[in-house]
Amino acid sequence: MDLATFLVQCLNAVQYGLLLFLVASGLTLIFGIMGVINLAHGSFYMAGAYLAFGLAPLFGDNFLVMLLAGVLLSALFGYLLEWVFFSYLYEREHLQQVLMTYALILVFEEVRSILVGNDVHGVPTPPWLSGTIPLGELMTYPVYRLFASAACIAVGVALYLVVNKTRLGMMIRAGASNRDMVRGLGINIRHLYRIVFAGGVALAALAGMIAAPMSSVYPGMGGHVLIISFVVVVIGGIGSISGALVASLLVGFVDTFGKVFFAEYSGIGIYLLMAIVLVWRPQGLMSKGY
Amino acid sequence: MTAPRHLIVPALAVLALLLLPLGLTPYTTDLVLKIMVLAIFALSLELLVGMTGLVSLGHAAFFGIGAYMVVVASPEWEAGNLAVVIAAGVGAAAGYALVVGALSLRTQGVYFIMVTLAFAQMAYFLFHDTQLFGGSDGIFLNVRPVLGPLDTGDKGQMYYGVVGALAFTYALLALLRRSRFGHALAGIRVNEQRMRAAGFNTYFYKLAAFVIAGALAGLAGTLLAIKDGMVNPELLSWHESGAVLLMIILGGLGHLRGAVLGAAAFTLLKELYATPGLVGDFLASHWQLTLGFTIIAFVALLPKGLIGLFERLRGAKP
Amino acid sequence: MSTSNAAVPLLACENLTRRFGGLAAVQNVSLALHPQQLHAVIGTNGAGKSTLINMLSGEMPPSEGRVLLGGLDISGWPQHRRARAGLGRSYQRTTVFPEFSVFENCRLAAQAAHARPWAFWERADTCAISGPIAQRALKAAGLADVATVRSGTLSHGQKRQLEIAMCLATEPRVLLLDEPLAGMGSEETERMLQLLARLKQHHAVLLVEHDMDAVFRVADCITVMVNGQVIASDTPEAIRANPEVQTAYLGEDQTAPAGVEQPH
Repeated sequence: MDLATFLVQCLNAVQYGLLLFLVASGLTLIFGIMGVINLAHGSFYMAGAYLAFGLAPLFGDNFLVMLLAGVLLSALFGYLLEWVFFSYLYEREHLQQVLMTYALILVFEEVRSILVGNDVHGVPTPPWLSGTIPLGELMTYPVYRLFASAACIAVGVALYLVVNKTRLGMMIRAGASNRDMVRGLGINIRHLYRIVFAGGVALAALAGMIAAPMSSVYPGMGGHVLIISFVVVVIGGIGSISGALVASLLVGFVDTFGKVFFAEYSGIGIYLLMAIVLVWRPQGLMSKGY
Repeated sequence: MTAPRHLIVPALAVLALLLLPLGLTPYTTDLVLKIMVLAIFALSLELLVGMTGLVSLGHAAFFGIGAYMVVVASPEWEAGNLAVVIAAGVGAAAGYALVVGALSLRTQGVYFIMVTLAFAQMAYFLFHDTQLFGGSDGIFLNVRPVLGPLDTGDKGQMYYGVVGALAFTYALLALLRRSRFGHALAGIRVNEQRMRAAGFNTYFYKLAAFVIAGALAGLAGTLLAIKDGMVNPELLSWHESGAVLLMIILGGLGHLRGAVLGAAAFTLLKELYATPGLVGDFLASHWQLTLGFTIIAFVALLPKGLIGLFERLRGAKP
Repeated sequence: MSTSNAAVPLLACENLTRRFGGLAAVQNVSLALHPQQLHAVIGTNGAGKSTLINMLSGEMPPSEGRVLLGGLDISGWPQHRRARAGLGRSYQRTTVFPEFSVFENCRLAAQAAHARPWAFWERADTCAISGPIAQRALKAAGLADVATVRSGTLSHGQKRQLEIAMCLATEPRVLLLDEPLAGMGSEETERMLQLLARLKQHHAVLLVEHDMDAVFRVADCITVMVNGQVIASDTPEAIRANPEVQTAYLGEDQTAPAGVEQPH
C-alpha cells in the first residue's frame, strides 16, 4: 500500500470514527447520567439521515442552516420524547428498559415506513462541499469527508467545553457520579435529564444528517449503527466521553483497514477488538466504573 | 403439594398437543409446530434470564447456528442422518455459547447485555456477509434428515417428534430448576455476591447455564431448519433475539410455562396483527406499529406477563 | 495480647494497606486471630474497618500486604476459594435471600462446599448433605423454629441472626462478622451476644462493631483503628485504660442508634 492510499484510508478511518463518536457520546451520556439503556438510539441516527433527506430540497445550498434546523428539531423531539416516554424508564430494571426501547424501535421503523416508505434514498452533497482536494500526485480526497470530520471535531470540542466549563456541564458531571446527591442539592433533576436526553438525541441525529450525503439513507441504518455504538461504549467504558472518543477512533481504524485487508470478513473485526478488550480490561478502557 | 399434582397440567398439555392435528387444518397445525419450536427457544432463554438473571440480547445466534448446522451437516441431495445433524447443531451452538459466555460473563449488567448483542451480531455478519454459508440469501435443505425408520420429511412424524422435543426440554428444565444446580442459579440471580461469600464459584455456574441455554437454543434451531427446509441469516438477527426476550416477558418471567405461553402468545399476536381481515389493510401492512405499542403497554401494565395476570385474577377471588 | 495457643494463627494479616487514588483507607494493619478467640476491631467512622474486612474476605485486593489462613498465603485467592477454605463472612447490610425460606437460605450456603451440580436429577431441598448442616446452623443461631418461614418476612434482628446462620452453614473455621448488632434493640442484642459467646468456643471470630458495651463483654482482644491505622491492639482492660484510645473516643461510648447505617 503506498503512502497516498494509506493516508486516504487513515482519513476515512478518522472520519468514520468521529461520526461514531457523535452517536456513541450521546448513548454513553444518556446511560451514564440517567442509567437508561436505550436501544432506540440508532433510530435517532436514522431519523437524522431521513431528516436530511426531507429538508435538503427545502434548504438547497444552505447546508449549515439545514444542519442547524435539524439539530433544533431533533433536540425538541428528544425533549418531548423524554417527557412523554423515557422519564418513565429511569427506575425500571434494565430488562424492561431493553424491551420498551426495542418496542420504540419497531414504532419508529413503521412511522418512517409510513411517512417516507422503505426505499433507499440519496442526499445530494451541497455544491460548495462537493469538490475534491489533491493528495500527492495521483489521489484526491472528497472535500465533504473532510468537512464531516471537521464538523464532528467542532461538535466534540463544543461538547467538551459544555461538559467541563459550564454550570450545566458541572451538573451533568455531578449527576453522572452521584444521582441522589444532585437531587439532594435541589437541582431540578427532571429538567437536567430532559436537556441531556435532548442533547443525546440531537448528537445522534446530527451524525445521521452529516452521514447522509456519504452513505445512502436506508431502513436498516439505525440498527447497524446502534450495535457498533454499543461496541464503542463497551470498549470505552460507560459514562466516559473521552473513552468514547478513543474507542470510536479505534473502531474506525479497525473497520476501515479491516475492509482493505480482509474484505468480506471485515465486519467481524470490531467484535474481535471488543473480545480482546474484554479479556484484557472488562470494565472498559477508561471506565468510571459503572 | 405432592409431585404428581405438578405433572397434571403439563401432561394434559402434551396430550392436547398430540391430539391437535386430528382436528385442525394443515395451516394451523403448521402454526402449532412453529409455536412449539419457538417454545423450546423461549425455554432456553428462560433458563438464562428467568432462572439465572442473565439478560442476554444475543440468544438468536445459537438458534441460528443450530439451524445452519443442519443444512451444513446434510449432504446436498440425500437425506442426512438425523442424529448427526442434531448433534452438529446442538454442538456448534454450545461451542459458540462457550466462547461467548466465557468472554461476556467477565462483564455485568448493561455491559453484559451489550456484549451478548455484539457477539450475536458478529455471528450474523459471518452468515450474512461472507459466502461461507451462502450469504444473505441463505441455503436450502433439499432433503429432510432421517434416522432408521424415522423420516422428518413426513409431516406427522415431524410433528410428534417436536412434541417430544418440547416435552424433553420442559422436563429437563423442570428437573434443573429443583436441583442443587438450579437452586444455586436462583441464589446467583438474587444475590451473586452472597453466593460467592458462601463459596460458590459463580462464574462457572453462570457459564454452565449460558452453555446449556445455548445448546437448547441450538436444538430449537435444528428443529426449525428441518421444519422449514431452509435457513437464512435473519435467524441470527437481533430482531430475533429481541423477539425471544419478548416472548418470555409476555408469558411471565420465572415460570417455565410462561415461556411456552409467551411463545404462543407472541406468535399468535404477530399472526393477528398481520391479518388484513382482522385489523384492516393499513395496520396489517404496518403490524410492527401495533406490536410495538402492545409491547410498551404490556411491559408498563403487566410486567409479570400473562402468568402474572392469571395469578392476579385467581388471587382476586375471596 | 492473650492467646489460647502459641501456634500459627488461624487468620493473620501483615502490613495490609489499601489505597484509593491518593487516599490510604487502610494503612499497615497487622493482626492475628487464634481459635476460640474473639478479636474485635473497633474504630470511628471512616477508620477503614469495612475495607479491612473486605480485604480479609477477598472482595477487595490489597495495595500492599498479605493475608494468611493457617499460615498459608491466600492474598491472591478469590473470595469463593477463601470461603471454601474455611473463611466465612457476614455482612453489615442484610444479604439474606428474601424470597427463600430460612432453611433454604442456610441450605444454599451449606451447599457451596458440597455442591455436586452435575447430579441434576436430585432435588435440592431434600439434599442429604446440605440439609442437616443447615439444620445445625439454624439451631446454633437460634432460628430452628422459623425454618420454614420466608426470610423476607423476618424481623430485623432475626435477619441478622440468619446472616450469622448462613455464615455458620459454610462450616467455617474463621468468622468475619461485620456489625452483626447493627440496628438491634436491647433484647435482640442480648441474644446475639450469647450467640457470639457460644460461637467463640468453636471458631475464631473477628468482630467489627460499633457497640462498645457489647465489644467489651465478648472480646478477648481489641484492635482500635483510627483513619486506617491501628493505634492500639490489646486486652479489653488495657484498651480501656489506654489514653490514646480515650482521646479518639472522647464521648463515643454510645451505641449506634438503632436502624441507622454507619458508613465507614
